[in-house]
Amino acid sequence: MIQNKKYEAIVIGTSIGGLHAISTLLEEIPANYPLPIIIVQHRSKTPRDLLEEILQIKTKVKVKQADEKEEIENGVVYIAPPDYHLLIENNKTFSLTVDELDSFSRPSINVLFESAASVYKEKLIGIILTGANNDGSQGVQAIYKNNGLVIVQDPDEAKCCIMPIAAINTKAVNHILTLPKIQKFLLKITD
Amino acid sequence: MDFIKMNFDTKELKEMLESIRYVYGYDFTDYAEASVKRRVLHFMNSKKIEALTDLGKMIFADEKLFEELVQTMSVTVTEMFRDPIFYKSLRENVMKRLATYPFIKIWIAGCATGEEIYSIAILLKEEGLLNRSVIYATDINQKSLQIAKEGVYAVENMKSHIANYQKSGGIESFSEYYKSKYNSVMFDKSLKQNIVFSPHNLAVDKSFNEFQLIICRNVLIYFNQQLQNKVINLFHESLCPFGFLGLGSKESLLFSDKRKEFEEIDKREKIFIKKISDSK
Repeated sequence: MIQNKKYEAIVIGTSIGGLHAISTLLEEIPANYPLPIIIVQHRSKTPRDLLEEILQIKTKVKVKQADEKEEIENGVVYIAPPDYHLLIENNKTFSLTVDELDSFSRPSINVLFESAASVYKEKLIGIILTGANNDGSQGVQAIYKNNGLVIVQDPDEAKCCIMPIAAINTKAVNHILTLPKIQKFLLKITD
Repeated sequence: MDFIKMNFDTKELKEMLESIRYVYGYDFTDYAEASVKRRVLHFMNSKKIEALTDLGKMIFADEKLFEELVQTMSVTVTEMFRDPIFYKSLRENVMKRLATYPFIKIWIAGCATGEEIYSIAILLKEEGLLNRSVIYATDINQKSLQIAKEGVYAVENMKSHIANYQKSGGIESFSEYYKSKYNSVMFDKSLKQNIVFSPHNLAVDKSFNEFQLIICRNVLIYFNQQLQNKVINLFHESLCPFGFLGLGSKESLLFSDKRKEFEEIDKREKIFIKKISDSK
């Protein structure tokens, strides 16, 4: 299943149950991981950066909240800030907006995935994990259309299967995998 | 919205923004591109316009359509007492110093639909400063400005507004500040008496007064570094010595060459004070 091409970035979207799923994925990621990992986890407006602090405890790779105009670097996990959409510019920096909610969400997975797809094109991996609404299902289509790789967490395993099923129903999906398999995949693609 | 079928390259977009600047005087060329692109796609989708070149032809033939595009490109959403801790900090760190001025001038730059204006007016009222304050509320978006002026909001958002108000340290009964009718609430006239509403375009317009406090939250994030720098310069020029500047929680003076001429008084809430210049 490993495709022989060089990826440049990984985007992940999740809501309910996401903290556990993300920390599982990040557990084994080494500090010098050769790609940036950019995450939208639906979150409440406050506290402002508890999520980053918790995730940092679980992994060796650097975790931080994405800042506007920040240059995207390999080996860093970026989390979308609460109450802002996170977008990626052509020059591989972040932008933030307070535009209206997308799929009842800000940050929204669709917004990140769509802008990432238009920048990274076929060199992007998009992953949808557990979640309770259909945010991300347009985003995966944008990635798929640009020949990026779309992975969805196995709905049977997900704490909440609504988001994975919504993504799968778009048919814009390359692989449906359990967390341990996604984890293995993330480690393997960089070999 | 179906973004998947539509796309265009950035060069095309840049050319259109240049033409808009030339023909209509609206300058979006220094806006952060990703969100401009998203908004233009939004607009094309809502109007069922498939190609950017078509949109280009249409807006130069039809000024009304262009106005609609401007609305779409410049609209922002906000809420009352958004980030309550910011307002708490204003209460604690700024209001007392504002009270030392006989006459207080405040500029809310990018006031959007006005929720922030009424939040500030309420703070001023509770500190006994409203009668000697003037709030200049500006936005590029005329439609938003009209909503701000009317001060009428949907009743279903009031619950979260009230919660925000309380978190900001508000202890009055919030319902005193508005009247409910059908599904709307209207803010009290006494809050509105000293507000001046005016269109202002941060990308091209100049300074128009001197202020003790400028609030511009979640506007700079839409601009590129050069425009951010230009706008911070405009604010610096428009503030009195020791005047205050309040930005959005993810904004900074990082890209401004005036950053050393401000002192941070609340690092987390992004409230700054203008230092007095040592000559120059």
